[in-house]
Amino acid sequence: MKHTLSVLVENKPGVLMRITSLFARRGFNIDSLAVGPTERHDVSRITLRVDCETKPLEQIEKQMHKLVNVLRVSELGPGESIERELVLLKVAAPPSARAELIALGEVFNARIADLGPDAIVFELIGTPEDVDSFEELIRPHGLQELVRTGRIGLGRASRPSSQRTRQHVLA
Amino acid sequence: MNGADAILRSLEAEGVEVVFGLPGGAILPLYDAFARGTTVRHVLARHEQGAGHMAEGYARASGRVGVAIATSGPGATNLVTPIADAWMDSTPIVCITGQVRSNLIGTDAFQECDITGITIPIVKHSWLVQDVQELPHVIKAAFHVARTGRCGPVLVDVPRDVQEAELDFSYPDAVSLPGWKPPRRGHARQIAAAARAIEAAKRPILYVGGGVANAHATDELRTLAETARLPVVTTLMAKSAFPESHELHAGWPGMHGPKWSNFALNKADIIIAAGARFDDRVTGKVSAFAPGATVVHLDIDAAEISKIRHADIPVVGPLKPVLAELERELQADAGRTEAWLRQIAEWREAFPLRYRREGDMLKPQRVLEALQELTAGRDDIVWTTGVGQHQMWAMQYLLCDRPRTFISSGGLGTMGYGIPAAIGAKAARPDATVVCVDGDGCFQMTGQELATSVLEELPIIVVIVNNGHLGMVRQWQDMFFEERFSQVRLTHTLPDYAQLARAYGALGFTVGSEDELEGALAEALASGRTAVVDARVDPREHCFPMIPSGAAALDLVEFADTVEAVTA
Repeated sequence: MKHTLSVLVENKPGVLMRITSLFARRGFNIDSLAVGPTERHDVSRITLRVDCETKPLEQIEKQMHKLVNVLRVSELGPGESIERELVLLKVAAPPSARAELIALGEVFNARIADLGPDAIVFELIGTPEDVDSFEELIRPHGLQELVRTGRIGLGRASRPSSQRTRQHVLA
Repeated sequence: MNGADAILRSLEAEGVEVVFGLPGGAILPLYDAFARGTTVRHVLARHEQGAGHMAEGYARASGRVGVAIATSGPGATNLVTPIADAWMDSTPIVCITGQVRSNLIGTDAFQECDITGITIPIVKHSWLVQDVQELPHVIKAAFHVARTGRCGPVLVDVPRDVQEAELDFSYPDAVSLPGWKPPRRGHARQIAAAARAIEAAKRPILYVGGGVANAHATDELRTLAETARLPVVTTLMAKSAFPESHELHAGWPGMHGPKWSNFALNKADIIIAAGARFDDRVTGKVSAFAPGATVVHLDIDAAEISKIRHADIPVVGPLKPVLAELERELQADAGRTEAWLRQIAEWREAFPLRYRREGDMLKPQRVLEALQELTAGRDDIVWTTGVGQHQMWAMQYLLCDRPRTFISSGGLGTMGYGIPAAIGAKAARPDATVVCVDGDGCFQMTGQELATSVLEELPIIVVIVNNGHLGMVRQWQDMFFEERFSQVRLTHTLPDYAQLARAYGALGFTVGSEDELEGALAEALASGRTAVVDARVDPREHCFPMIPSGAAALDLVEFADTVEAVTA
């Protein structure tokens, strides 16, 4: 089962390596990972997507919690959080196919980031599922290059207390 | 003052008495600061691995943080084995390494190596100090992290120019580590739940690991066991954490533990695990381990809870208050465990340790029996061991009644641990007689530290259980690889260990019979000098009983069973 973890860390050299090393050492695969600044200049947020069962997930959360630079580990539960991803896609667009591609982009609210004589670069921000769908629809048209940021997420504003934070209740 | 002086002033402020190390280019400024003067004693090792294990032995014998110092590159990589060892056994050590100058980092400079990167999986935390102003804060934080929460190793890497840079020194009073919040006390409701479950049990057992010693909680453990009349098994890491001659001590569980101890643990209806981590060497096949037992798991490390075996009642917290609170909370009828204690005593009677006594050659088990007989009743003995058959026989035959008197490499199983750990233990306990029970294979990995022992006046006694082989590997090849012995023969006679000892300025004895053995051991123990007793023993002896790797703990192989029955 897929899980999204949101990890607040001190903004110090080597933090990302300590976390990814922990995942590798304990045999966990990371599906996607996004790192960036937060509202505090000395704190970064890492959003991790992992595929594992609940028990190993608890184990990796606890192991992460022991890292000195890790401030908080939360799981972003589905329905309790907002998750977004940005994708850039370069697709072959000869004049004959251009109109259809642009129409397709409009359905998904994708922006045209760049337009060349033979190709279009689309930019789409959406839920990772939206991004998946758009990618699948574009693919048959001659997808040339693609980059995704990996998902980022936050607990919902409408239900702030429902963000499931595993506080290691035992402690 | 400069950064190097600041390191020493910081160590002094931490109350460090002794450090173990070996100088080199990138750590020269720190050694220059040693030459300018400090209250910290420096013990010069012959290899950085030795320095690291000495720091571990010091930490384990004293209950304080051990310190090892090395230069960059190969000096630092030679510390990797002790760091991994300290990681697996939760031994608190601070390793300080020199690093090439900041402007050379990343250029593949001479003796450059990314030691903070290499050690990430095996340290609690590490620092590459980039600004001399940070140095006192980093040293303070390093000691704090090493000894709080679950103990373990930390590393501080200091570029040479940072050691040379000037600063106005002041040692901080507090650490600022917002992400480091080890639990301070156990949850009262969980402790109460544990107490109710223990009161309701008919066959309770305390399964004690090294965490009890690290938590300085051996007194609380004993009070709990005695008040509630609970039998106690202690793992290799916990040997000496509960008096082994105590009537409630039920031996030690696991791969080479006595059958009666494994019976006691595996047939219990409640296991109270205290600072223990259900290691595979203890449980055997996990799905068959103690199938009828409810598990109460007391540990400072939340990540150990339900990692291997589901904990029905977890209590996360420091063991000293947790064990004391559990004892206060228990309202058990003290007589209710007597039938269970009698059952364990019957198993003990029925399944004694045995070995083959025929033949001309000295038996390895006899060496350990003799050591136990010669030291029985003495309160000044500290044991260390290497790793292998001799280690398991030491576990079986030596009885330790005082905390921190048995120091061995458990989790990592580091051959060569014994001699340097003994030197570190002697530095921690100058009053003690420190005896390293070693194997001939182990001796040849770190034997050069005999020079350190003699010249630093840290005398130790090394008893080599010399079977001329990598004995435990030989045993596995014999039992599980149809006697195809492959690359395990070292010979009894090359090197001549007694002569080698004399070359290092130590006493050397060679013995091949029981009579010679006892005389030599007695002389070595009485000498007050570094001494090596080379006991040449029968290489055919296997260490029994044994739970074959992956087998259920109750399916152990005993001495009388034939090898064919095992391989089938």
